[in-house]
Amino acid sequence: MARRSAPEVNAGSMADIAFLLLIFFLVTTTIETDSGINRKLPPIQDEQDPPPLKERNIFIVLINSNGDLLVEDEPMQLKNLKQAAVQFLDNGGGTGDEACDYCRGAKDPASSDNPVKAVISLQNNRLTKYSDYIAVQNELVAAYNELRNREAKRMFGVTFVEMEEYFKSESYTGDKDKLKERISVIKEMYPQKLSEAEPKRTSS
Amino acid sequence: MSKFKKKKSGDLPAISTASLPDIVFMLLFFFMVVTVMRDTSIKVKNTLPYADQVEKLEKKDLIMYIYAGEPSERYQSVAGTEARIQLNDKFASLRDIKQFVFEERQNAREELRQAMIAGLKVDMKTNMGLVSDIKTELREAEALKITYITRKGAAMQNIE
Repeated sequence: MARRSAPEVNAGSMADIAFLLLIFFLVTTTIETDSGINRKLPPIQDEQDPPPLKERNIFIVLINSNGDLLVEDEPMQLKNLKQAAVQFLDNGGGTGDEACDYCRGAKDPASSDNPVKAVISLQNNRLTKYSDYIAVQNELVAAYNELRNREAKRMFGVTFVEMEEYFKSESYTGDKDKLKERISVIKEMYPQKLSEAEPKRTSS
Repeated sequence: MSKFKKKKSGDLPAISTASLPDIVFMLLFFFMVVTVMRDTSIKVKNTLPYADQVEKLEKKDLIMYIYAGEPSERYQSVAGTEARIQLNDKFASLRDIKQFVFEERQNAREELRQAMIAGLKVDMKTNMGLVSDIKTELREAEALKITYITRKGAAMQNIE
């Protein structure tokens, strides 16, 4: 008599089931991480007189509800904003105590004394579109980053943005304390002083 | 004539696919582990603006997401067409933000409470009025670290 062996269970369809599940998870997975522009809000203080600022140390950027820019009372295109901000921050027109020995600007006495003193004031009204606001924020951060990168490259041989990336990454093998110190040196040279006024109520 | 045929020695044996499920299961488990199911459904239109000077947000559990924008079409009959704020799963008003921040802080581990970041996911077309109202509320709630979550792209793409 022929002996029959027990039939083998066909495992071929198991793969199909697993694939089905796999595809489901592939589709629902979102590995992307969000990225954004970091800002720090000023704490709410009691009514205080703002510290006196010289007119020439303030760079006023105004965005109206149509997305038009008014920079230091002159209309400007968005693409020129970064350059204008760099010129203002890097001007270094101060003398004596306020001199800036690393600035490469025009040393125009009518513009900012020192990047440490320079303040960019961003003003918008309540009808300004959020995308215009972000575009301007982005350009201003770009201006700061350009200057910080330049100085970091000159002093430490790496750009500022790279340094910050290393500082965040866990696989960085170098000395993090030293890196932190270097980052704060650069930050002190070009502090991000972006003041935002409460948006004006518009009548229109 | 025998019942038992001799196997032909020249035949190629079929490739065993028995280990295929194992491989697929391995992939499956990987994706199951990394998947983060979106726990909130976004009820507002949420086309983020573009920016390129951005920093990555590494720790997702530290971010308090605040959405704002026009309600999506299916909610417009209930919520209207004015830009609204969404916290967690519900439409919210400005007053709710403080409570929301407080609750999120409670849920976080104690040593991380100071590092919480408010992530603003705001639609491109929203007016700044609403955004600055949110910012004022956040200041009052002492949640001072904020980040404007954006898409990657040149700033010029915003003006179109």
